[in-house]
Amino acid sequence: MSSLPWLTVIGLVPLLGALVLAALPRGAHYLHKMVALGTSLVVLVLTIAMCAAFDPAGDRFQFVQAYDWIPAFGVQYAVGADGIALVLIALIAVLVPVVILASWHDADAPLAAHVAGAPATSARVSSTAGGGAGADAEPAPAPKRGVRTFFALVLVLETMMIGVFAATDVFLFYVFFEAMLLPMYFLIGLYGGPRRSYAAMKFLLYSLAGGLLMLAAVIGLYVVSASQGEGTFAFERLTELEISTPVQIALFSGFFIAFAIKAPLFPFHTWLPDAGAESPVGGAVLLVGVLDKVGTFGFLRYCLPLFPEASRILGPYIIVLCVIGILYGALLAMGQKDLKRLISYTSVAHFGFIGLGIFAFTTQGQTGAVLYMVNHGLSTGALFLVAGFLIARGRSRLIPDYSGVAALAPILAGTFLLAGLSSLALPGLSTFISEFLVLIGTFSRYPVAAVLAALGVILAAIYILLAYQRTMQGTLRLPSGLTTIKDLHLREVLAVAPLLALMIFLGFYPKPLTDVVNPAVDATMQDAGRSDPAPTQGRGETAAPAR
Amino acid sequence: MSLPLATEAPPAGQYAAATGTLDLLWLLIALPLLGAAILLLGGRRTNSWGPYLAIGACAASFLYAVVALFALIGLEDRTADLFLYSWVPVAELQVDFGLLFDPLSATFTLLITGVGLLIHIYSLGYMDHDPRRRLFFAYLNLFVAAMLILVLSDSFLGLFLGWEGVGLASYLLISFWFYKPDAATAAKKAFIANRVGDVGLLIAIFLMFAALGTTSFAGVFSQAELLTAGTATVLGLLLLLGACGKSGQFPLHTWLPDAMEGPTPVSALIHAATMVTAGVYLIARATPIYDVTDTARLVVGVIGVITILIGAIIGCAYDDIKKVLAYSTVSQIGYMFLAVSIPGAGAIAILHLLTHGFFKACLFLSAGSVMHGMNDQVDMRRFGGLRTVMPVTFGCMLVGYLAIIGAPPFAGFFSKDLVIEAAFDQGGVRGWVMGSVAVLAAGLTAFYMTRLMLMTFFGQKRWTDDVHPHESPAVMTGPMVLLAIGSVVSGFVLLHVVDIEAWLEPVTGTHEVEHVLAPIVVSLLTLVVVAAGVFVAYTKYAKQAVPTTAPVAVSPLTVAARRNLYFDALNEGVLMRPGQYLTRALVFVDNRGIDGAVNSLAAGVGGGSGRLRRIQNGFVRSYALSMFGGAALVVAAMLVVRVA
Repeated sequence: MSSLPWLTVIGLVPLLGALVLAALPRGAHYLHKMVALGTSLVVLVLTIAMCAAFDPAGDRFQFVQAYDWIPAFGVQYAVGADGIALVLIALIAVLVPVVILASWHDADAPLAAHVAGAPATSARVSSTAGGGAGADAEPAPAPKRGVRTFFALVLVLETMMIGVFAATDVFLFYVFFEAMLLPMYFLIGLYGGPRRSYAAMKFLLYSLAGGLLMLAAVIGLYVVSASQGEGTFAFERLTELEISTPVQIALFSGFFIAFAIKAPLFPFHTWLPDAGAESPVGGAVLLVGVLDKVGTFGFLRYCLPLFPEASRILGPYIIVLCVIGILYGALLAMGQKDLKRLISYTSVAHFGFIGLGIFAFTTQGQTGAVLYMVNHGLSTGALFLVAGFLIARGRSRLIPDYSGVAALAPILAGTFLLAGLSSLALPGLSTFISEFLVLIGTFSRYPVAAVLAALGVILAAIYILLAYQRTMQGTLRLPSGLTTIKDLHLREVLAVAPLLALMIFLGFYPKPLTDVVNPAVDATMQDAGRSDPAPTQGRGETAAPAR
Repeated sequence: MSLPLATEAPPAGQYAAATGTLDLLWLLIALPLLGAAILLLGGRRTNSWGPYLAIGACAASFLYAVVALFALIGLEDRTADLFLYSWVPVAELQVDFGLLFDPLSATFTLLITGVGLLIHIYSLGYMDHDPRRRLFFAYLNLFVAAMLILVLSDSFLGLFLGWEGVGLASYLLISFWFYKPDAATAAKKAFIANRVGDVGLLIAIFLMFAALGTTSFAGVFSQAELLTAGTATVLGLLLLLGACGKSGQFPLHTWLPDAMEGPTPVSALIHAATMVTAGVYLIARATPIYDVTDTARLVVGVIGVITILIGAIIGCAYDDIKKVLAYSTVSQIGYMFLAVSIPGAGAIAILHLLTHGFFKACLFLSAGSVMHGMNDQVDMRRFGGLRTVMPVTFGCMLVGYLAIIGAPPFAGFFSKDLVIEAAFDQGGVRGWVMGSVAVLAAGLTAFYMTRLMLMTFFGQKRWTDDVHPHESPAVMTGPMVLLAIGSVVSGFVLLHVVDIEAWLEPVTGTHEVEHVLAPIVVSLLTLVVVAAGVFVAYTKYAKQAVPTTAPVAVSPLTVAARRNLYFDALNEGVLMRPGQYLTRALVFVDNRGIDGAVNSLAAGVGGGSGRLRRIQNGFVRSYALSMFGGAALVVAAMLVVRVA
């Protein structure tokens, strides 16, 4: 089974789907949607088969393929998946069909009217965006882009995302890292809310700035490898390099800043609330759920194993940034009136947790961080989707425009609450397992950081329940001009239910994830030359009889 | 990364594996959980039969608990540990999902499913007219399942799962009438106050893992003696923080009275009989940890004593019948904390917990019955003279009243006396102070409970015009009567027939000390103080007419007590408002400061954001350009390498 070029096939299917879409006649919207959904489901089935073929006890990288691409510079088309990349690719495969189903009508004409809408609404929305620097009062005219383009962009994005996680050649990784900006840029810029062009441009500039730094570091790596033998971009050979500490710190910084912007870690986060709020809901799910994970994935895959010395020196400072991010993101989330900005800020806090787990350098912390990446994708995905369902009904993103909605739409309220509870990491939901692992892993090395971060657990309860109370509970009030709203219909339930079901299942039985992630984390810890601290006072787990 | 010492002999404190009947322990949890799932996912189709299914699930769980209890009694070492599956396995951290059935968890299981069943049945009548009755029963089942996970788990992480699970159920049930803004706010407050405590418990789990490398009961307790004094104290205090949140103890007690916004059966089951006693369970369970830290024990006792007083004082001032009972709960749980802080007296705490479970549930259900007949009126100044209209309710409440004030031979007499006795028996200043406060508060309890009885059932009718009080249906009075019977006999039976002290001894240890005061002295002293409390209340509320509005010319203490001794004001002033200001300031900074700096940087580099926006149209080209620039850099670097 492993001889099949799984990764290449899975990566190409969505691209082929996008090409088919391009070949289809323009007006056949239903056909476009079905083709897109069908394609994404094929990817899902193939990914499930690939996961079944993955052997947790086998090689670190499986489904490996390597072909020379630019032999003169040692650039290869090289792909392979370790447990970490595998679970993230699985997350993509789950989220894309969900996004397609949930965005079924989002690209229909009149384009994105429910958010761009009448001038009054858009003014309302832009005034809440903080009136920050560069806020443009006039809403960009709604361009006439079709359904076909929207779904084609989603599929192209899927290919790029799979590529970025599958690449084991650093140059190939860089290419995907930059290339996936394009479809996302267009998704925001063409299908977003009233301030979409500002948000899209901001997203792009930030990412490009990070990308340039990373490019410099990638070239630096090549130069170092060439000085110690044949120049290469192959990940596993790069880990064997001997790099002096100052060079490590320089190269580490290049990668780190690029990834920190992508993740985004405090203080590189300010593009996210705009991008998350202005992006169409499906785009926001993919942006925050998957694209941003490339940053934290990059920490684990590239920063730690390639530059262990720099990671050790800079790690504590990054821990500080992460803790600030957790508290800062949570406090800002509390202060938001725009539902989508609120969710975006919660993600700033959540990415702080992921970074914390990674740079704590414990097996629990890093496994927790990887699980966090997956679970956060499910949880924030669900939260964005449900928020999107509400916004599509009320045509306003503003929390104060709603009250007591649960009376009219109990299923909408229930799913919103469940998604919210996953965001505040309630035990029994998968997000708890990851947050717990991150914190317990951090505590054994940095107890103070873990205790401060644990305060974020309280703040999370406040921002989620506050938003829930304000929108769903209390006396009924709807945005002006509306007398009633409908509860979720079948398509919407079908879109969000798999995410909720997965969260509950993985909350009680996370072993399928930990089984594949643990070996990869062990390898990362080994590359980074770190091991877990031993229990300080006891003898360890003594109560585990052989089973 | 192999497990250390995997070949070593099992340490002391290892629990015996479950076999036979006890193999099915997971059914206890699975039945109500399944009930909740069916009712939640089944939607309106289950409206008609859903509540009965929920009752059936709870009843089945109760019956199995009885069977399991007898199976447990038959076991030699009276513990059964059931491994279910490996839950969170990451390197050294190996958390299993497992259930521990021992005297302590068996006792709680019976309380939860037994009282739970009665309250399920009562709710059939109480919630009869509510269109969302199905959801109510779903949440009740969810609560029972979570509470059973809490008491049956064999690791601290499993306990935490149940711990936050009951918090969720409590949140859902307090805000069951979500359209009432007060209910929604109260639910949120409860969840957040609980979370503050939960974080304490969570950090305690981290500390156990960092210090001992395990989070299972067996692993932690068998190594408790290896802990340094400092670590043990910190652990004890962190567990206490968790317990304070869940059990409504000072300083996290303010959520509990607000939680009375929920339907009354919820107040009886969750906020009186079971969930709020989870803190006592936690501390009793962690006896091996507290055994190595007297400092933490002292703090538990001090918290208990402070809470006893706060609850009793505020309870004297409120006119809302449910709030009086709520503060009474706060106060009574304080007694349990006091008892559980005393080495070996954990069993006494559990005894008081059980008798309190009966009489407080009885009192709450009776109060609910009164409200049911009075159009949901809760103001006792609008009651009066109800004893003839609601004779059964009156009878049940009278029994509950006699039990809570500790009149012999009702249940509370046995348990509260033992608590007070144990408090004095600590000896020294500690014993005298704690014992005296406990006695004093018994007098206050007698005062506010007598006040409640007189204002509700005696005196002249002060009803509003639109109410027509009536006795509640049998489906409600039935459970009340059963609980009333429990309030009469449970104290004597548990102490002298079952001998709960011997039953719980393997978990909570033995309590053998020299008596500082002879038990008969303590009993008489307490009875005198209680009689005084009853007498004062009698002169104030039976001899004089009760005005329908609260008098304004009252002592400063009464004013303070009516404002719950300013705890809410304190929370608001110290936490909420500063938090709001901080949040607003940060939102401003994030928009103007950090984002502004980056934006102006971008503007500076690109020549103004306006121009940046304009190049957007030709964007693909410029992107290609930057790619090209990158490629040129690559080539240049390659050349450098080749040449070098």
